Amino acid sequence: MFFNSLLTNFAALEVGQHLYWQIGNIRLHGQVFLTSWILLGALLVFISLGTKKMENDPKGLQNLLEFLWDYIRDLARTQIGEKVYRDWMPFIGTLFLFVFVSNWGGALIPWRLIKLPSGELGAPTADINTTIALALLVSLSYFYAGLSNKGWRYFEYYVHPTPIMLPFKILEDFTKPLSLSFRLFGNILADELVVGVLVFLVPLILPIPVMFLGLFTSAIQALIFATLAAYYIGEAVEEHH
Amino acid sequence: MLAFNFFGATEGGLFDINATLPLMAIQVVALTYILNSLFFKPVGNVVEKREKFVSNNIIEAKNKLSEVEKLEADLLTQLQSARTEAQRIVCEAENESDKLYKEALELANNEANASKEKARLEIETQTSAARDQLSKEADDLSELIVNRLILDK
Repeated sequence: MFFNSLLTNFAALEVGQHLYWQIGNIRLHGQVFLTSWILLGALLVFISLGTKKMENDPKGLQNLLEFLWDYIRDLARTQIGEKVYRDWMPFIGTLFLFVFVSNWGGALIPWRLIKLPSGELGAPTADINTTIALALLVSLSYFYAGLSNKGWRYFEYYVHPTPIMLPFKILEDFTKPLSLSFRLFGNILADELVVGVLVFLVPLILPIPVMFLGLFTSAIQALIFATLAAYYIGEAVEEHH
Repeated sequence: MLAFNFFGATEGGLFDINATLPLMAIQVVALTYILNSLFFKPVGNVVEKREKFVSNNIIEAKNKLSEVEKLEADLLTQLQSARTEAQRIVCEAENESDKLYKEALELANNEANASKEKARLEIETQTSAARDQLSKEADDLSELIVNRLILDK
């Protein structure tokens, strides 16, 4: 009996339960903000430590940060193009780092040991609000990128190469954020659920390979999100001739 | 345990969308600015400065290399011309010595021929003188013999 209750305490799945914060009239998912603040705080501390003493011959953390910077630059440059990738690199990089840190933080830190009155801590990206927020930011930024780079000529994209494409291109503006947000949300939530269910059924050893798979998926999802965001921006600023 | 409340739900559920969404968006935008000033700008400055330094050095090295190659080609042509010059001089000297040798040989031949001729002439005169003397002596002797034979009778 004791064992049973221990198990349920450790591995009970609480899906769709949230820690609500009420501020005036608005309600927030507190657990999302708590984990995101902890993870982003860790990220900022890490970055501040790495950029504290920048040298021409990089050592230690600076090496890692430069590798990361180079990786993000390559990603942005290949997708957006040589001309404007500089303007969008911080945004793409932030998306990548935020999603990556959220996914891995959610998978690596044993959040379940911290008890909340309602809901449980986990990856911020396993909450639909976060992923929709990210996806809408991507939508806004590719519209902004297109309009600021090409002015009204941006809308030529909708009738390129033929006007028949118009309805599909308009539909794409809705499917892009939808697919971006649901892909990330679904993958991370599914990973958490699979690990949770396995831990619930077989607490030892068996969940470990699935956890590794989850880490892999998490990294890939971060890459996919950043790459697609960059690709959409690149598509918007591309010149058609 | 698995509560799938969709959009209609008043509270809870997987698809419970509320003010978390805009606040998270604001948070990500703020994070973008913070990361830009903390991470992307400083690291970018350092990396690009180094890339510029490296590419400048490569260009400089390439320039130096091309200069070296030019100098090498220059030296090679100089060496080539010096070699042909040397060959020409050697050839000239050989011709000269050949000519000198031939001249000297001819001179020596002529001299030898002349002294041979002189010697032959001398031998001839001496031979004829000797022959004259001999015939004269033979005449004398024959006269003497004749006289004695005649006188004895």
